[in-house]
Amino acid sequence: MKVNYEERANVLQVIFIIIGIIFVIRLFFLQIIDSSYKNSANNNVLRYTTDYPGRGLIYDRNNELMVCNEAAYDLMIIPKDLKKDFDTLSFCSMINIDINDFRTRLDKAKKFSRYKGSVFEAQISKEDYASIQEKMYKYKGFYFRLRTIRKYIKPIAAHVFGYIGEVNQSIIDKDNDKYYKAGDYVGIAGIEKQYEQELRGSKGLKILMADALNRDKGSYKNGEYDIAPVSGSNLYSGLDYALQEYGEKLMENKRGSVVAIDPSTGEILALISVPSYDPNLLVGRTRTKNYKLLQDDPNKPLFNRALKAKYPPGSTFKLINALIGLQERAITFSTTYPCSRGFHYGGLNVGCHEHNSPLDLEGSIIHSCNAYYCKAFGAILNKYKTDRDGYIVWRNYVTKFGFGNKFNSDIPNHSSGFVPKAEYYDKRYGKNGWKWLTVISLAIGQGELGITPLQLANMSAIIANRGYYITPHLIKKIGNKVPNKEYLVKHYTGISKIYFDKVADAMYNVVEGGTGMGGKINGISVCGKTGTAQNPHGKDHSIFVAFAPKDNPKISISVFVENAGFGATWAVPIASLMIEKYLNDTVLRKDLEDRMFKPIP
Amino acid sequence: MSYIKDKRKKIIIGNVSNQLIIIYTLLVLFGWVNIYAANFDNNSTAIIDFSRNAGKQIIWIGLAGFFAIFILLIDSRFFSIFSYPVYIIIMLSLIAVIFVGKEVAGSRSWFQIGSFALQPAEFGKFATSLALSKYLSATNIRFEEFKTRIIATIIIIIPFLLILLQNDTGSALVYGFFIFVFYREGLSGNILIIGVLLAFMLTLSLIVNKYIIISCLAVVTLYFVYYTRRFKKDRILFIFAFVLSASLLLSFDYIYNNVLKTHHRDRIEVLFGKKVDEKGAGYNVIQSKIAIGSGGVIGKGFLEGTQTKYNFVPEQSTDFIFCTVGEEYGFLGSSIVVILFIYLIVQIISLSERQRSPFSRIYGYCVAVIIFAHFVINIAMAIGLLPVIGIPLPFFSYGGSSLLSFTILLFVFIKQTGDKHEII
Ligand SMILES: [Zn+2]
Repeated sequence: MKVNYEERANVLQVIFIIIGIIFVIRLFFLQIIDSSYKNSANNNVLRYTTDYPGRGLIYDRNNELMVCNEAAYDLMIIPKDLKKDFDTLSFCSMINIDINDFRTRLDKAKKFSRYKGSVFEAQISKEDYASIQEKMYKYKGFYFRLRTIRKYIKPIAAHVFGYIGEVNQSIIDKDNDKYYKAGDYVGIAGIEKQYEQELRGSKGLKILMADALNRDKGSYKNGEYDIAPVSGSNLYSGLDYALQEYGEKLMENKRGSVVAIDPSTGEILALISVPSYDPNLLVGRTRTKNYKLLQDDPNKPLFNRALKAKYPPGSTFKLINALIGLQERAITFSTTYPCSRGFHYGGLNVGCHEHNSPLDLEGSIIHSCNAYYCKAFGAILNKYKTDRDGYIVWRNYVTKFGFGNKFNSDIPNHSSGFVPKAEYYDKRYGKNGWKWLTVISLAIGQGELGITPLQLANMSAIIANRGYYITPHLIKKIGNKVPNKEYLVKHYTGISKIYFDKVADAMYNVVEGGTGMGGKINGISVCGKTGTAQNPHGKDHSIFVAFAPKDNPKISISVFVENAGFGATWAVPIASLMIEKYLNDTVLRKDLEDRMFKPIP
Repeated sequence: MSYIKDKRKKIIIGNVSNQLIIIYTLLVLFGWVNIYAANFDNNSTAIIDFSRNAGKQIIWIGLAGFFAIFILLIDSRFFSIFSYPVYIIIMLSLIAVIFVGKEVAGSRSWFQIGSFALQPAEFGKFATSLALSKYLSATNIRFEEFKTRIIATIIIIIPFLLILLQNDTGSALVYGFFIFVFYREGLSGNILIIGVLLAFMLTLSLIVNKYIIISCLAVVTLYFVYYTRRFKKDRILFIFAFVLSASLLLSFDYIYNNVLKTHHRDRIEVLFGKKVDEKGAGYNVIQSKIAIGSGGVIGKGFLEGTQTKYNFVPEQSTDFIFCTVGEEYGFLGSSIVVILFIYLIVQIISLSERQRSPFSRIYGYCVAVIIFAHFVINIAMAIGLLPVIGIPLPFFSYGGSSLLSFTILLFVFIKQTGDKHEII
């Protein structure tokens, strides 16, 4: 057999060249076609860490700081760094968890990543941190990460501020901007929720590098791709922190609410609902536990009465009926109605207390005569072809006062209250089956009416303004700008100023010599109206609405004290003290104050 | 007329030799750049730091240069004359290292001299090439004879076994590539084809159950036996082939499960995807592919490879040096390295064919196949085409023994090509 050597050299060369081509093709696929390796390389070396911004601060109307941030420490774990001889028992006792809890958390962390840090125990306070930090050298695999937590300067206004907490999956899923990641904090209630976007700022990103042993190798490309965090905006509230504190002290040991509004601006000066709680309870690592306790508390401290409780407004509502009657020319200033201890019509009796009779409009307000308003209410509705038509007109006025509607405002989660529509009665009695007498309770603020304390305070502001209101709101400025153009708009009721002047005069006399006499303050002209909300479950609720001074009013207020009986006993002095505190800064009537601090007997 | 022709040929050869030296120099220098990058540490940026790999490699490069020049200066007959003594000395040192060598990572294959270590196995390939060339080029030797083939095989088998005893499987594997030299010298091409088929079958047996393969072979054999029943001679041949491959398959299975060490098996199984092991045997390959794959078209640039800089690829300055090229110079850089190697190997073969002396020709082939063996195994491993087999990339990888032995290997050939005395 003759061997062709030349050919064999070529065969070998071709084989080698083919191998070379195979390599180049393989490299082409690895390096150019398949882009997954770039990600893998980045995953290897890059460590994305979130740079959390400071949450915006909240100030009161006098620029007093109410809500700030405090350092807290997340205890982080890197499971792979845990040593075999890790002293689990002493570690557990140090951070005060049991051993089963430890295991669950460790498993969770391992599931997340063995190489990357995850939160083992969130928000350890500065004090605990100091004592734990000293012993940390013994526990390889754990380290601290600085976070800030909310600090509420005084233990008050919990319902106003609300609270923040870790985002849950449903928030993450609903978040279209994909901003939230597990472990982030988000406002869950109150201002914290309402102004979440402004308060949170925006998170920054730090890209660090680590080598194969996960040792820090500094920032990636000198921080070229880092994103600096942007701090949240500071909020300036219309709240008067001192007034809020004072009101909460007055309402201590009671149930009820106080809402105070600056009528000229619509800024809420105080928003009190008792029983309340210390907002700092819902901060940090004890939040979940405390929340559960508050939730289970039979006194329902989490329930915001000022915004959500719907009461029949009682006699305070007579002011509305007087104004509607005047505007509708159903009554005049001089219209008088007699009262024989109540309103009697056919088989219907609405009782009244002992007073002079007959009374004119002013007298009816001063003495809070039920008969007068039953008749006036009849006069309003009877003006029209049917009582139903009259009712629709009447209801339209009522809603102009903000009743039965929610405000376009930053007040979180408030109720619209309830003012029945004509259809409501149609359904109940048939389209032509009801007349003014059927709904006569509305004349004296009883019946189906559901009014929130916030709405009643707003009503008081409308009278104070002699005819309009500015939407009540909590935050007047975010940084330098007004949060909502709505807060510059005057909402008119469609009732003439002269009628308001008359009603305001009458309210002044209520305090000077009528049912609200306990509310008199030397040197301040207080206007007010008492009320009693009927309570089928127990003692009636005491109500007082007021504003002061009579001319150029600075504060309008509603006070509800549950189960306190007649308005004058508790609600009047509390409103009066609040007005004194706000206008004079110091309260001189110490005896009255002391009496109010005590619980209702 | 013939004089002119001769002169032209000499000029061409001279040019090719120069090209080899240029490619050699390029590879060594580019290799050093990559060794520097693979060991780069922000805290110590001094280029010449003799406590670090890149610094030490400078010494080795200097030494290699010295050897290269020395070889070009001495009489070219020196190596053909001293082929056998060199072979014997190296074989003895391969035996000695088993007893007095320093154990590194389970292999006892290093002589420790001061702070430098020498690996005689690296020089084994050079010595074997010399001895093989010397033997096959002897005037009375005819490769067609069975005896010649046996003796040539023994020359190769001795270092192969000695290196296998040192637990250095990768280096031992290189000796298998001498079959290409045999092919050039007259071994039947069928043997190469059969070898490839066998390798394919054995590889297949790692993925598919061996009994399925045997059954398939049996069906094919039966078909041929029936089809060719008129040719009795062929029928026996087919049956013989079947019995041989079946027994090979079974014995391979035995070797695979009982002779190979666990870590070898792991590496092979990772390659075939039978085992996913990101932190164990698979780690190197995954990280190596990530390094190369993340390089993109033009790479991340000198000292910019994060896989390289932050030590994600183990053994990066030695066995996985190609990762640095892939990551920092991308497809462009790594393709150029592949092309340079293939060009070098193809040129060595062309040049060998032009040698008048059989010694030079056979030696040239030995050089080509040894470089090729290292090149193929090393790069195929780095790009995930072969299991992890630790052998250096010629001229490129960090390591004195490797650089020196490849330099000597290549320059002895270059010296031969310039030589016109040894015309028989
Ligand atoms: Zn009366």
